[in-house]
Amino acid sequence: MTQSHNDRSQDFGQALPGIIKRSLFTVAIAAIIFVPTLLLRTQASQATNTLFILYRWEFFAIGCAFILLWRVIYEIRAWQNAHGPRKVSARPQAQENRFAPYVGPVLLIAAILMPFMPFTDRYILDIGILIITYVMLGWGLQIVVGLAGLLDLGYVAFYAVGAYSYALLAEHFGFGFWICLPLAGVFAATWGVILGFPVLRLRGDYLAIVTLAFGEIIRVVLLNWRDFTGGSNGLSNIPRPSFFGIPFSQGPDGFAATFGLEFSSLQRMGFLYFLILALALLTFYISSRLRKLPMGRAWEALREDEIACRSLGLNTINTKLSAFAIGAMFGGFAGSFFAAKQAFISPESFNFMESATILAIVVLGGMSSQLGVVFSSIAMVGGIEALRQLQFLKAIFGNDFDPSSLRLLFFGLAMVIVMLWRPRGFVSSRVPTVFFREKKSVGSSMISQGRG
Amino acid sequence: MDYLAQQLINGLTLGSIYGLIAIGYTMVYGIIGMINFAHGDVFMVGSFVSLICILLFGITGSTDIMIGIGILMIVAVIAMAISGVYGWTIERLAYRPLRGSFRLAPLITAIGVSIFLQNFVQETQGARVKPLQALFAGGFTLHEGTEFTVRITYMQILIVVLTIVLMTGFSLLISKTSLGRAQRACEQDLKMTQLLGIDVDRTISMTFVIGAMLAAVAGLMYLLYYGVIDFFIGFSAGVKAFTAAVLGGIGSLPGAMIGGVLIGLIEVLFAAYFSSEYKDVAAFSMLIIVLIFLPQGLLGRPEIEKV
Amino acid sequence: MTKPLLTVKDLTMRFGGLVAVDHFSFEAQSGHITAIIGPNGAGKTTAFNCITGFYKPSGGSVTLHHPSRGNFSLEAMEDHKISRIAKVARTFQNIRLFGGMTVLENLMISQHNELMRASMFSIAGIFGLPSYRRAEKEAIEKSMAWLERIGIADKADEAAAALPYGQQRKLEIVRALCTDPVLLCLDEPAAGLNPKESDDLGVFLREIRDKDHVGILLIEHDMSVVMEISDHIVVLDYGRKISDGTPTHVRNDAAVIKAYLGVDE
Repeated sequence: MTQSHNDRSQDFGQALPGIIKRSLFTVAIAAIIFVPTLLLRTQASQATNTLFILYRWEFFAIGCAFILLWRVIYEIRAWQNAHGPRKVSARPQAQENRFAPYVGPVLLIAAILMPFMPFTDRYILDIGILIITYVMLGWGLQIVVGLAGLLDLGYVAFYAVGAYSYALLAEHFGFGFWICLPLAGVFAATWGVILGFPVLRLRGDYLAIVTLAFGEIIRVVLLNWRDFTGGSNGLSNIPRPSFFGIPFSQGPDGFAATFGLEFSSLQRMGFLYFLILALALLTFYISSRLRKLPMGRAWEALREDEIACRSLGLNTINTKLSAFAIGAMFGGFAGSFFAAKQAFISPESFNFMESATILAIVVLGGMSSQLGVVFSSIAMVGGIEALRQLQFLKAIFGNDFDPSSLRLLFFGLAMVIVMLWRPRGFVSSRVPTVFFREKKSVGSSMISQGRG
Repeated sequence: MDYLAQQLINGLTLGSIYGLIAIGYTMVYGIIGMINFAHGDVFMVGSFVSLICILLFGITGSTDIMIGIGILMIVAVIAMAISGVYGWTIERLAYRPLRGSFRLAPLITAIGVSIFLQNFVQETQGARVKPLQALFAGGFTLHEGTEFTVRITYMQILIVVLTIVLMTGFSLLISKTSLGRAQRACEQDLKMTQLLGIDVDRTISMTFVIGAMLAAVAGLMYLLYYGVIDFFIGFSAGVKAFTAAVLGGIGSLPGAMIGGVLIGLIEVLFAAYFSSEYKDVAAFSMLIIVLIFLPQGLLGRPEIEKV
Repeated sequence: MTKPLLTVKDLTMRFGGLVAVDHFSFEAQSGHITAIIGPNGAGKTTAFNCITGFYKPSGGSVTLHHPSRGNFSLEAMEDHKISRIAKVARTFQNIRLFGGMTVLENLMISQHNELMRASMFSIAGIFGLPSYRRAEKEAIEKSMAWLERIGIADKADEAAAALPYGQQRKLEIVRALCTDPVLLCLDEPAAGLNPKESDDLGVFLREIRDKDHVGILLIEHDMSVVMEISDHIVVLDYGRKISDGTPTHVRNDAAVIKAYLGVDE
């Protein structure tokens, strides 16, 4: 069916009143929302410390104009989609990308080579470490949320257990990093089981809120048990990991001197980078092996249908606990790395935002795709870093404006937008754990979401 | 004894606030089975709107008490209206497009909305705490003890009375109006309700709006009671109110109120007798304990597993 | 006649004030197909759930006489142990497959406990020891043998949810059989099948009874299927047993006719 240009413009004329009406409605709603935020700011006066109201018409106007623009563009595009030439959507059900098998190895090689690149400096290494830490945490949480289908909003608690285990063991017993690392994993796994037991019977969102409460309990205890955890001051002077016994110091016993290199603080950064990369790869190896073993298959079966599992003789209690314990263990490893890297920890590093970030990484990446976690970690951390670079915003909002303070704002917004755009995450299909003739990935519409 | 009586009064006041927030959780959970994670932040927005209105109207401690209360009622109405718009918008933009989709998706957007609202308010209103001088500081002395005097302030009376009035009005709304009937029908069976020609979208929207309105009043009360707010108050108040909803039995409106009062009492008594630093731990532990031993709550329906 | 495979005595299940199953007793023989029939809401599925451990009965006993492992009191066992130790397998009225997993994976899950042992609770599996790989290979072979028997071996790598309805039903039965049960409990296996598929199912069930020596207990609505394949029929109405015997006996029992067709008051 073709329409002449004239017809279309006539159609648009008919659609126009509706578009204007809806746009005005949107702006009216936005105006109401912006009145107590953008327009009216409560400001404390310098002298008396009482509050007064500051009117900021310019912000209000910018906000409303922005919303109006968005709505008009949205309306016009919606109209075009309805009236324009039909786009043939020939998207196959499960797209098998030809390059898909190479993405992982290429990323790995890039990750290994990255520290040796000429452009790599301290800042880039730092970002790299941060990204890989999130990848590792994402893979750990993926066992619980993605495979076993148990929604855990308190994962950061295990990260905290790992971090404090290392810090406290090092402080009180003088244990080194390499002894503390497995111990931190064991402690975190134990906590995983302790949390797992009471919540076994809970379903769905209840589990989410209980794990959230659990995470908060751990944080509040860390904050207030001052004799043990240092309270809000945290613990400092946590020993840094050595290169298998050789410290990264300037002295004659140091890493640089031993290997005949010139001393540079970047060497330690590089070592930390490879350490977290190795830990992440360990996580990857173990979790992808487990997935193909009866234990991992049972996790997925649990996500698909718990009742059917029980009818087939699976002990669902053990299955859930093993998922919690192993997921927590990787959180514990990552936590002790975090403590070793920062040399300082405090409860504020383990707040709910952190749990939400890790969960968002898993869900946005695609619940059962390990590669998806890598993508979303890069997007998330990279995106936040990119915000820091938005210096031009200073020109608009004045010099005391720090664009990086907006990062959580955009983070929240991005979580909503990405979910609306791809509710199943970036990579949503599932690769079978065992096959007879050929490995066919399973389309996302068939995969169950788990009850928890 | 006197000390205990005082704590009970304080707990009842705080519990009223939690109860009003809890209704929003329990209604939404009852109808669409999701935890509206951003509800605590709508409460926070309501609190800020109230603060702004109070500053705009210029009520201070020296305002005549009857005029002051009259103006506060207007403040409450404005806060309800604006928070209602927030609730409506959140549902429309972040939840409705995902209805019937992947089950975790709306929970993730809810967390996203919560993070967004907190940071939006932090950016626009500043990160510092906002103090408000006490309005009508007086009260009645109930009992003059040797060591301790039991007092109930005008503010506490106002909070409890307002809660009772709102609860009564709200119960009438649910039991008598067609909107209430539609809500109860949606709670039973969303699909069937839709087949019967009831506008389910509108009913769900209204549920969010009503929940947000009650939370806004709770926000006003919180502001008046504590005299200080910041952008982060929604988080812990939200979790505690959700605990209250679970404790009372999710889906049950009187349950939410009773649960709210119980959580308020637990928090105040724990702070008074054990440790105020760990009062949040007490409330959160309560959530875990309730879910383990009484998963259907005090007034909730027991659930039989369908095989 | 030898000792019965399953003895149910005075089984009672109450939900609050409602008595769903009321002093229900019957026996199921090994090598037999035993059917429980009855009108809608007669308590068939409830009785079934009590036998397979998904509900804890309010009273009565359910005893399984395993030919080699001895007797088990099912009413006191956890559901997963009933499958694992007493070797009673079941299917569900509304099919409960692991839809996002492949057909083969579904069958591997039912061999979970053996595989778990072979993988030494994942330790041998992580290091890829040959003992585990052998066990896995055997499990795949066993699964494929079953799939061939129901004629869907070519679909082993498809997602279970992608199968047509009739094949999903069969797959669920085969998945239960992979646990090597002595008693197979089927909850309305013919529901939603067309006449041809129903007939196939009847042939398949008799084959399981005769070749694999698995006792079958089934609930069915569709009288024609039941009458044709059952050796023994128990009729429930309002939670009580109203008839018990061979198909011919039950067919001619006045109480059954009354329950099914209704009688003018």
